[in-house]
Amino acid sequence: MGKTFSKPEALSDAHTHYCPGCTHGIAHRLVAEVIDELGIRGRTVGIAPVGCAVMAYNYFDCDFQEAAHGRAPAMATGMKRVRPDLMVFTYQGDGDLASIGMGEIVHAANRGEKFTTIFINNAIYGMTGGQMAPTTMPGQRATTAPRGRDVEDTGMPIRMCELLSSLATPAYIARQALITPKHVNKAKKSIKRAFEYQVAHKCFTFVELVSTCPTNWGMTPLDALKWAEDTLIPYYPLGEFKQPGKPE
Amino acid sequence: MAKVLMKGNEAIGEAAIRAGCLNYFAYPITPQSEVAEYLAKRLPEVNGVFLQGESEVAVGYMIFGAAACGERVMTTSSSPGVSLMSEAISYIAGARCPAVFVNIVRGGPGLGGILPSQGDYFQATKGGGHGDYHMLVMAPDGVQEAVEMTMRAFPLAEKYRGPVMIMGDGLIGQMMEPVEFPDNLYTPPTNKDEWATTGMDRRNSRKKNIVKSLYLDPAILNSHNMLLKSQYDQMKREEVRFEPYNIDGEYKALVVSYGTMSRVCKTAIDNMKTEGFEVAMIRPQTLFPFPEKAIHEAAAKESCQCVVSIEMSMGQMVEDVDRSVKGQKPVTWFGQCGGEVPTPEAVMEHVRSLV
Amino acid sequence: MQKEVMFAGFGGQGILLSAKLLAHAAMKQGFQVMWIPSYGPEMRGGTAYCTVVVSDRLIGSPIIKNPSHLVAMNRPSLEKFASVVKPDGVVLINSSLIPVRSGREDVQELIVPANEIAVGLGSVKCANIVAVSAFAARSGMVDVDILRECVKSEFASKAKLIPLNMDAFDQGLKIGMS
Repeated sequence: MGKTFSKPEALSDAHTHYCPGCTHGIAHRLVAEVIDELGIRGRTVGIAPVGCAVMAYNYFDCDFQEAAHGRAPAMATGMKRVRPDLMVFTYQGDGDLASIGMGEIVHAANRGEKFTTIFINNAIYGMTGGQMAPTTMPGQRATTAPRGRDVEDTGMPIRMCELLSSLATPAYIARQALITPKHVNKAKKSIKRAFEYQVAHKCFTFVELVSTCPTNWGMTPLDALKWAEDTLIPYYPLGEFKQPGKPE
Repeated sequence: MAKVLMKGNEAIGEAAIRAGCLNYFAYPITPQSEVAEYLAKRLPEVNGVFLQGESEVAVGYMIFGAAACGERVMTTSSSPGVSLMSEAISYIAGARCPAVFVNIVRGGPGLGGILPSQGDYFQATKGGGHGDYHMLVMAPDGVQEAVEMTMRAFPLAEKYRGPVMIMGDGLIGQMMEPVEFPDNLYTPPTNKDEWATTGMDRRNSRKKNIVKSLYLDPAILNSHNMLLKSQYDQMKREEVRFEPYNIDGEYKALVVSYGTMSRVCKTAIDNMKTEGFEVAMIRPQTLFPFPEKAIHEAAAKESCQCVVSIEMSMGQMVEDVDRSVKGQKPVTWFGQCGGEVPTPEAVMEHVRSLV
Repeated sequence: MQKEVMFAGFGGQGILLSAKLLAHAAMKQGFQVMWIPSYGPEMRGGTAYCTVVVSDRLIGSPIIKNPSHLVAMNRPSLEKFASVVKPDGVVLINSSLIPVRSGREDVQELIVPANEIAVGLGSVKCANIVAVSAFAARSGMVDVDILRECVKSEFASKAKLIPLNMDAFDQGLKIGMS
């Protein structure tokens, strides 16, 4: 009888430091599976962000760089320009990408840089301890918004897929979630599609994954999943926002 | 090859290509935008990579990403832009990637002005970005030397696996002089598969490479920083360069000056010589490592009454000069900043007043 | 022996190019040269000036307070720089745009209606070529035949401009040598 389930080769044997109930592990696994399936591990370079995934280089088994806060898309640009044959992905959270790294992601997308961004949106800063992110929901409590996010004061949460989709440059832009098995399957499909476009040297590719952070949300993992489905999904609708060659 | 008349900025761009650097990322800023304009035309002719980034912040990381992939890469900027790149320079130093930065310095602080200055001496030699690091910093005094230093910068960056800076000033960028591109300064790039993220396929071991500056364990970070320190110590032993000028006679004063300012000083020293007044100069060609020993020895000469650091800055290099002279003779500063360049006459008058 | 000339005028008058041509010719003659522009934030219309240093040995200071010669293409340039020229220098005055003189007794004034000559030849744009050839002929700073070749090679990629600029060069030469 053959083996029916195993760890992807693109994941290392290291134990992750992620909290119980965190969805980073799922996201890592989906990316690793896609790398395996496309047979590109030997020419893939990932870029870790600043944030909970800062040590993602320990968990993937492929070449890795570690960026400064928000600058991963600029690094990926430098890499793809000098080594277009490398498969490059950035793995960024919402504070990293949508706050301090807003300039870098928008311009990389607009230039049509041919790398893949995996964007983990859990509506909070994780590693620094639950501060408000640009994606934090109205009224959602954070350590820097102890009475809940006041949108009069801090504006509404930023929807990255919608924002990037408004750029005229062709791209693949999708938002999926890591909440139910059905969501996870769809997320995998989008990640695979993104990497396939990169292999074909087609366009900038961006997959947002609506995720949970039970620790900083102050919830059990199950409650966190439910809150994500009830609160985040209505504001961050799922689907493919943009595909090269398809009318929007 | 015959001499050609070229602007400093353009010559630096050409020198990079001749040094085997075919990757350039930059953001426009006066007085060095001609480097980008030149390379925007020239790099496509040699199948190179030219990209205008959205900001100097982003450019710093484009350089980091490209360098971490093991490719020769350069950017050029001017003072306010280099401040924005300093974050990336710190990361590049921490992650031990070879990369070349050119700063065509203008007046500061803040937006300052666009005229030539040496106000970024501290930034270049003492850090600029955060953390324990240095860059090897070379300071050309003209277009020919800017070419030679640019060509040397790439192998040096690879030797020490770190950032190397060419610190020029607005005049060196803007002026034209006849230049030659010495073929013998080209060295083939070293193989970087051992550490760079070139893709596991490139390595027989199929071991992954990680390029990073994060070391959460303080003991490991300490030893990482000690490794960097040992390299800076090696630079101090092996890479110090300076030009002595009029050093053999019985000089009454010793001038320390670099870059454009040192050429003004040479004219002043020549003029004073015709009047029978002997003044010597040490011109640091590397600002880090600094020619401490040469300055110490030159200041020791019996006839030498004083040492003066002449700078287009408010008194920055004078601290290193003072450190080198070690109290043997009085050390003072003279100069102008913010875009003003002292004339030979002003230098002569000042040096005479010291003796 | 070191000589310096300052070219000055409005941005857009071809000041930097005249200076570059002179520097190029001097380099071809085997001299050390330095071409030092003033550079400012304006793209057009501001004052532009540029100094060329020619020497038979290594050139020191790029800061030239008192040039040997001046080529003034507009009035503000003459008024600003006439007083700093060293005695016995050549002061070229573009009389098409400058109704006054230098007010100096100790310099050689060279009066050249550069714009009028250029317009007569077909384009005001070649006034800078008229000026540089007149200046070179009078000052002897560079060999005029070498300078003529440098002008020709400068326009090599825009061949149809060569005859115009050669005419401009020859007109300037005539005035400079007279």
